[in-house]
Amino acid sequence: MARFFRTFPLIAALAVLLVFPMFGQIFYTELVAKTLILAIFAMSLDLLVGYTGLVSFGHAAYFGIAAYTVALLTPAGAVNSIWWILPVSVLAAALAALVIGVFVLRTKGIYFIMVTLAFAQMAFFLFHDTDLGGGSDGIFLNSKPTAHLFGHEILTFENPTHIYYLVLALTIFVYLSLRWLLKTSFGHILIGIRSNEHRMVAMGYNTFNYKLAIFTMAGGLAGLAGFLQVLLTGFVTPEMLAWHQSGNVLLVVILGGIGTLIGPVLGAFTFVALQEFAQGLVDRWQLVMGIFVILVVFALPGGLAAIPARVRRRLVKGAQHD
Amino acid sequence: MTERHREVFLEARSLSRHFGGLAANSNVSVTLRRGEIHALLGPNGAGKSTFINMLSGDLPPSSGTILLKGEDVSGLPAHRRSRIGIGRSFQRTNIFPTFSVQENCVLAAQSRQQQPGKIFRPPLHNQAVVDRSHEVMALTGLAHCGSQIAGTLSHGEQRQLEIAMVLATNPIVLLLDEPLAGMGADESSRMVDLLARLRRDHAILLVEHDMDAVFALADVITVLVNGELLESGPPAQIKASPAVRSAYLGEDEEIDHV
Amino acid sequence: MDIVSLLIQTLNAVQYGLVLFLVASGLTLIFGIMRIINLAHGSFYMIGAYMAFGLSSGITETLPAMIAVGLILSFFIGFVLEWVFYAFLYQREHLEQVLLTYGLILVFEELRSILFGNDVLGVPVPEVFAGSIPLTDTLSYPVYRIFISVACLIMAGLLYYLIRHTRLGMMIRAGSHDRTMVQALGININLLFRIVFAIGFMLAAFSGMISAPMTSVSPGMGNQVLIISFVVVVIGGIGSVGGAMVAAMVIAFADVFGKVLVPAYAGMFVYLVMALVLLWRPEGIFRKG
Repeated sequence: MARFFRTFPLIAALAVLLVFPMFGQIFYTELVAKTLILAIFAMSLDLLVGYTGLVSFGHAAYFGIAAYTVALLTPAGAVNSIWWILPVSVLAAALAALVIGVFVLRTKGIYFIMVTLAFAQMAFFLFHDTDLGGGSDGIFLNSKPTAHLFGHEILTFENPTHIYYLVLALTIFVYLSLRWLLKTSFGHILIGIRSNEHRMVAMGYNTFNYKLAIFTMAGGLAGLAGFLQVLLTGFVTPEMLAWHQSGNVLLVVILGGIGTLIGPVLGAFTFVALQEFAQGLVDRWQLVMGIFVILVVFALPGGLAAIPARVRRRLVKGAQHD
Repeated sequence: MTERHREVFLEARSLSRHFGGLAANSNVSVTLRRGEIHALLGPNGAGKSTFINMLSGDLPPSSGTILLKGEDVSGLPAHRRSRIGIGRSFQRTNIFPTFSVQENCVLAAQSRQQQPGKIFRPPLHNQAVVDRSHEVMALTGLAHCGSQIAGTLSHGEQRQLEIAMVLATNPIVLLLDEPLAGMGADESSRMVDLLARLRRDHAILLVEHDMDAVFALADVITVLVNGELLESGPPAQIKASPAVRSAYLGEDEEIDHV
Repeated sequence: MDIVSLLIQTLNAVQYGLVLFLVASGLTLIFGIMRIINLAHGSFYMIGAYMAFGLSSGITETLPAMIAVGLILSFFIGFVLEWVFYAFLYQREHLEQVLLTYGLILVFEELRSILFGNDVLGVPVPEVFAGSIPLTDTLSYPVYRIFISVACLIMAGLLYYLIRHTRLGMMIRAGSHDRTMVQALGININLLFRIVFAIGFMLAAFSGMISAPMTSVSPGMGNQVLIISFVVVVIGGIGSVGGAMVAAMVIAFADVFGKVLVPAYAGMFVYLVMALVLLWRPEGIFRKG
């Protein structure tokens, strides 16, 4: 029964998402696609922050590096197949994470937070200050990738609805894969590192290797989100790597609840909804967002994903009082 | 069997460790043999923790060598030392509170099976690791609470789990930092029984403040004062030593009682 | 590069380094003593700059009065901020500190936008320092930049005196070394934290204030300073004010000469220097213990 109550909302939400583009306007289809991309991005960061205890403040770098890879590998006149441009862009992001990880994982705590930020800034300036990717303006994608299977074009990415379904499918795929991964010994080792790294070392784990592995994976997944973002918007800018982006995605993770997989998804929907709502309501949406964030810190430790447990506890307490 | 015949597992040769100008350990030598419990005594701040940390690889010694079965392991990092058989328990309980008791033991046992093919599977699907977890839970008296969340165990049980996790890594040398700390009388006597049983196959270094337990268990006692080795020998010799008595003058009641 | 431009660039680097040092020293003290990661520190710099804009446009004309008002005002704001927000963060995890201070940035930026708009604003150089010193026929050096350096040096000197030779300084040193010791000494730790925080705020705001006529004031100016200050703190070693001075100079020279020598890669250059330092010493150059 408890299992039913846990899975039912998920199934219902999934059903809504499946039929959503049939009823909503294109604007909303794109908005939800954007939200799901943010959810993938946030899940990837949660692997570091929530499961391994690595507070990375430069996660946008990998998001942006994958996006730029797509743009740079699509010169004018060229048409790319998604079958190779997707893995290549994800691998580029993962490779960047691997190299940067070797440096940043030597540090801990506050140093780690600041050093990840600094490396992301390095990547930001690489694209911002040099002509590599169109400088500070960014560049438009010359053409969107194509998706052919057995000679048929199965998806056209000029059509936002097709992108939507690709994004949805990948979100589900990522969610289920990570759920599996975190239940393996590897996942337990990560949680062990978060909980007590010293003990893990004393038991014979070379924790650096595990941290590097998850840092690389998280970078690759952030790259997947970056790839989808370019697919959706058709252009890249250095802003995709900017530290605000890293801050926002961290916000999404914390908002939703760290150390859960559903948390980042909830966080993404809340974040986008809040952003849209506040933007529609007042033109000072950052003020609303800032105040909201401060309130979350004071009032809601554990994020949104912890609300059911808090409510349950309160109900149980109430029942005991009766 | 006299101590001469027992196999030497770990040998620390004149280990020193300085922090800035302060000597936490100077020229401490200790030999740990299979079948022996070697107790390390000394007042607070005598350098016992520093010494354990050097043996476990958490602190690099400023000078001196550490030999495991005759091989120099002084340069190995902590995780490598664990892999070759040096297991340590911690003074402050260091379990993973959100995992079940068995998951804690499995995680420890899994550290001997880190091949990619074995890491990317659910932990309870690895039979060798699960078997090992059952063995150590049975050995430490935790068999009945394998599925309990570790954070909800009593303090004494958490200390037992601490030992179970060390054992799950199949060490030959055990470095135990105050395994009896904070335990009630019943729990204590169970732990003392356990340590006595572990003696057979392991070389044990025991840091402990409970003098009754130390004198009941130890085959050899080494006393550290101000980072230096004051005296080392069988319990009777230590008890009779005037040097030890005067060093312990502030805290000597405990020894007198024994 | 000829001697004169070398001299000019060196002076620029020293001036930039000194400003960076003042911002970073507050940041490193707040890290070192309260273990708080303060993302809003760049906003403090920005607040200082906008304070200069506000004060110079009508309220007070004379420089000493402006600086005095600015210092008192910023100390007060810092004191209150600590009381209302930061005091709640000491027992929280870094993650929550990041979140709250990030929220504060959003609020500060938006308040700035409401009060001053989003245009780049100029702050006039005080008339006393308006001129330039001619170096060659074509090159000269603005007097105001020299004033910035001197003012920062005076501030740094006062900070040094405060930390080395006063009772408050002794508590700060003890606090950054071992926090439990401070409590054991029976010092009012809450008040100490509040004062240190206010000093940190004041130093950042002061830097922003006196830099304003040189850099103009604009949205986003705080963020840029924040991230570079992070780099300075990381390289110098958290909690080490002396380390912050050395690191600020390293970064300033890397930045100024990077812009001259490899213009396209100047933005990255600073971070590259940081990466190299961290490879060498993962906890900064002057990490204690």
